[in-house]
Amino acid sequence: MKARTWLTWAVIVLVTVLPLWLIGATPGTPGTALFGGSDDRAQQAIGTIAPGYRPWFSPVFTPASDEIASLLFALQAAIGAGVIGYWLGLSVARERAQAPATATAAASAAEAPREHRAD
Amino acid sequence: MHIMEGFLPPAHALGWTAVSLPFLAWGLRSMGRSLQAHPERRMLLGVAAAFAFLLSALKLPSVTGSCSHPTGVGLGALLFGPAAMVPVGFVVLLFQALLMAHGGITTLGANVFSMAIVGPFVSYGVFRAVGALGLSRSVAVFLAACLGDLATYVTTSAQLALAFPDAVGGFQVSFLKFAGIFALTQVPIAISEGLLTVLVVNAMARFNAHELRALPVMSLRAREGT
Repeated sequence: MKARTWLTWAVIVLVTVLPLWLIGATPGTPGTALFGGSDDRAQQAIGTIAPGYRPWFSPVFTPASDEIASLLFALQAAIGAGVIGYWLGLSVARERAQAPATATAAASAAEAPREHRAD
Repeated sequence: MHIMEGFLPPAHALGWTAVSLPFLAWGLRSMGRSLQAHPERRMLLGVAAAFAFLLSALKLPSVTGSCSHPTGVGLGALLFGPAAMVPVGFVVLLFQALLMAHGGITTLGANVFSMAIVGPFVSYGVFRAVGALGLSRSVAVFLAACLGDLATYVTTSAQLALAFPDAVGGFQVSFLKFAGIFALTQVPIAISEGLLTVLVVNAMARFNAHELRALPVMSLRAREGT
């Protein structure tokens, strides 16, 4: 179970990192920024299909810069990760309280190994 | 997969909003009922929502040289049924539309339809189908989350192709063009989302086996993968 979990994590990281390495080795498509958002590419595609189209509404609030935008995205991710982390911690604690005798055995199979090193 | 603010003609924007609203109302009702009957599920529903929040903020690089993000709504659809994820997806999209200029108010209906309706319903359907075939839970969860994610992006491509058909080739040519941007980019990201969802479901089964057993979907096929 644990080996499989690690292997799954490794595959996720590989699938994410490989494009950076593979695409970086070959020159990107001219005219488009490498690793820009696919939303922006779609916007460009609309520009070629319907050159006369003008957006009829603009965003109510636009982040002041790309840096601020990434701050807000980081915030969104942090909120999500925080809730999940809270639940994981709570689950581990609850399980330990319920079955103190088997806690060490259970800990070795747990998803969050860092929390068990203190044992 | 966000259709940018103002990038759908008014008739399309209104149409998709009209299609999405009943689903949103249904989702709110089913969520409220489920929580009233099982208040102990609040925590897990929060985790499912947090998962969608987290994943839809991660812009991952893909083989096409552009970035896109997973949706994370598959997990909640498997746990609480697809309707419950409509309000969750709506909140995520509203947050991004209002604060990040990502997506938009006028395109919210269309984006809710692709990410918060098609995605969860496809995930749920795939999960039931794969489960009925007798495959392990991990395989069912992986395929459900992965295909639900892809379905969202195929839907977005179709929505844009409907609004912007090619002058010569019409809907089909446009659809292929948008699918080349969205769906193709999404393939490795959908695989990542599928694997991540399996990890989270395994963690849930491991730590919250009691609550999980009470969930109708999971109790049906709580087989451990081999």
